[in-house]
Amino acid sequence: MKPHRRKKLGIIIFIAAGLSVAVGFTAFALKQNINMFYTPTQVAEGEVGSGQHFRIGGMVKTGTVLGATNSLKVNFVTTDFVSDVPIQYEGILPDLFREGQGIVAEGEMDAKGVFQASRVLAKHDENFMSPEVKAALDASGASAENHSPVATN
Amino acid sequence: MIPEIGQFSLILALCLSVILASLPIIGAYQNNFLWMSMARPLSAGVFVFLAVSIAILAYAFVTDDFSVKFVAEHSNSLLPDRYKLTAVWGGHEGSFLLWTFMLSGWMLSVAIFTKSMPLEFVARVLGVLGVLITGYILFMLATSNPFARIVPLPPIDGADLNSALQDFGFIIHPPTLYMGYVGFSVVFAFAMAALLSGKMDAAWARWCRPWANVSWAILTLGIALGSWWAYYELGWGGWWAWDPVENPPLITWLFGTALIHSLAATEKRGVFKSWTVLLAILAFAGSLLGTFITRSGLLTSVHAFASDPTRGFFILAILGITVGGALLLFAFRAPLMKSEFGFDLVSREILLLANNIILVVSAASVFLGTMFPMVYQGLTDDLISIGPPYFNAIFIPLMALLTVILAIGPYCRWKRTSVAFLVEQMGKVALASLALGVVVPLIVTLEFSLAATIAVALASWIVLAMLQDIRNKTANKASRLKGLRSLPFSYYGMQTAHLGMAVMLIGVALTSAFSTERSVLLAPGQDVGLGNYVFRFEGAAPINGPNYVGEEASFTVLKGGEEITTLHPERRVYLATGTPSTEMAIDAGLFRDLFITLGEQKEGESWSMTIYVKPFVRWIWLGAIFMTLGGILAAADKRYRRLRRRHTEPSREQSKSKPLGGELQASS
Repeated sequence: MKPHRRKKLGIIIFIAAGLSVAVGFTAFALKQNINMFYTPTQVAEGEVGSGQHFRIGGMVKTGTVLGATNSLKVNFVTTDFVSDVPIQYEGILPDLFREGQGIVAEGEMDAKGVFQASRVLAKHDENFMSPEVKAALDASGASAENHSPVATN
Repeated sequence: MIPEIGQFSLILALCLSVILASLPIIGAYQNNFLWMSMARPLSAGVFVFLAVSIAILAYAFVTDDFSVKFVAEHSNSLLPDRYKLTAVWGGHEGSFLLWTFMLSGWMLSVAIFTKSMPLEFVARVLGVLGVLITGYILFMLATSNPFARIVPLPPIDGADLNSALQDFGFIIHPPTLYMGYVGFSVVFAFAMAALLSGKMDAAWARWCRPWANVSWAILTLGIALGSWWAYYELGWGGWWAWDPVENPPLITWLFGTALIHSLAATEKRGVFKSWTVLLAILAFAGSLLGTFITRSGLLTSVHAFASDPTRGFFILAILGITVGGALLLFAFRAPLMKSEFGFDLVSREILLLANNIILVVSAASVFLGTMFPMVYQGLTDDLISIGPPYFNAIFIPLMALLTVILAIGPYCRWKRTSVAFLVEQMGKVALASLALGVVVPLIVTLEFSLAATIAVALASWIVLAMLQDIRNKTANKASRLKGLRSLPFSYYGMQTAHLGMAVMLIGVALTSAFSTERSVLLAPGQDVGLGNYVFRFEGAAPINGPNYVGEEASFTVLKGGEEITTLHPERRVYLATGTPSTEMAIDAGLFRDLFITLGEQKEGESWSMTIYVKPFVRWIWLGAIFMTLGGILAAADKRYRRLRRRHTEPSREQSKSKPLGGELQASS
């Protein structure tokens, strides 16, 4: 092989090796960090395995938000208008967290059937419904329009 | 009547863009001087009409013209004037007008600052930009007209600007980010013009470099401003969330960073020619991808605009046509691009190649993580999300690797560098950085953290290597000062940007390793300790703002028993929408930020709150500022200006001036 060919080959091997390491590592990291998303109905029907870390999305049921008076614990119920799932969260809720508003929570179910949230997300644009919440409502047959905060305001 | 003038002006801009998109490019083929020379005035015309358009929209905002739908949706009579003015980019339609206006601004600059380049080339560059801007204005007029009216009954008052946007960050972040984003369209147009002309020598790379550097610098600043804004506005103390809308600017930035390095190799050594063109296309595609993601509403994120699917489809079509067309053209022309291949396995070329591979792999993995949920949903109907751990797991090791080679790069000569020379130069630097990495974090924080050790070692590696390189380069001059003055701007630009990387690295690692936070419930008079600090809650009192009401809490911060500052976080409710909003209180410092977010009032006078101490967080943005300065310094290098002067006399010796870059390099 001519020297410049060999050099070229070296570079190509170098790139290919780097790429395959990167692809392998990426696929592994991706697999480790996927959070599935479930609707309250799916959770109620027991589709979620125990101990699984996942996201749940729905509307905050009106009249269910109970904040503890002496700690940062908050309890509320999320709903897709078919099934309800109780959620507990300790910390400060986002600005736009309100009753009747769509939220997405991340965490896992505990033994008592309460979703222990490690993170609660609410949208910054109140006219916009997160596609996840919208999908949850569509799946339950409740049309997003009828229950959207814009329509009820 | 006045808003209609704005729309009319938009239509006129469209007419001019259509001409700009066709005649100059055809003229360049047929060597029609008149048609080619129309490119500059047409670009100026497009700029003027778009300027009129955006000024009229701003006027509608300032005069509270709520018959304009966009104004009614994004403003309110109570909104302070500075936010009325900037509410122009507070929603989809207006922000797209800003985006388009920015592009026309870049076109005007290209028209003005390219006197040294052959007219044929300039005509093609502006023609390609004309194609883009035609697409953008069409998009605006067809799907998102900012001047649409509410007839017959306009509302009495507007719905108000989203309260999260009523902040200084909103005034500066979007325009800066857009300006950087759109700058890569110019780089793309240069690459396309070179492909169209078929002359793939190093000339286009030299012409393109200052534009690429400036775009890159502005994009860096834009992203950093966004990060800074999110940090103090969103209230969770984070500066990067791997949000699907934060990622496309980062992807563009990574491609852009690869591009400015690859352009150097193409200009100086005539290597990686087709690769550089491909990177220009990819960086541009990244910027369009960002637009697509924010405006199609396909992903959940804090940035998403309320959306409708036709917009997403339209942008996808623009993306498909421009990027697809560019790739097609690239495929046809690539065989013409013969790169010289004269370099050894240890050379600056190889290090730049490694830099490019790392950056492109990082960009690809960020892209994968961003798009995977969307693709997965399309295939299986299941909704998933990819968490930050994925991005961190991939991105951090890659950046660490990049930092290692970053310090070696400037030492390496083009073509060939002896390994012995590198070992001799870098050996001591490596040992010293390792020692600093172990010792410094221990002394400063009294605790061991692997992340901090690695970060400090890598940052020292960059800084020490840089100092030694500057010493080497000035060693043969009569005096140090003379030596320093003889180094070109581009060299200082590079080193400043690299220093920025070191500074940012320290910031990211130390903030991540040593930040502490505590969520507590405090009654007035109670205090809480965090790290070396004690935060005493003094109580809360009602406040009234121009368009909000709320409560302001007072804190006294003590360190070692001494009062160091007071902090006043707020909780507001905006009157027009009833939206609640928390305003953080931050005591910023070079070595640490103290940060309080107020939760809500609980039993009696007590409040819930989260308190943060974030060491070195400012260094993240300080690093970005260094990078920005570096990019601008590099673009301000004398040799670009010297070239301009040279070429003001009519000359057809473009191709002969090729070795010039090399000469200047040698003389420096």
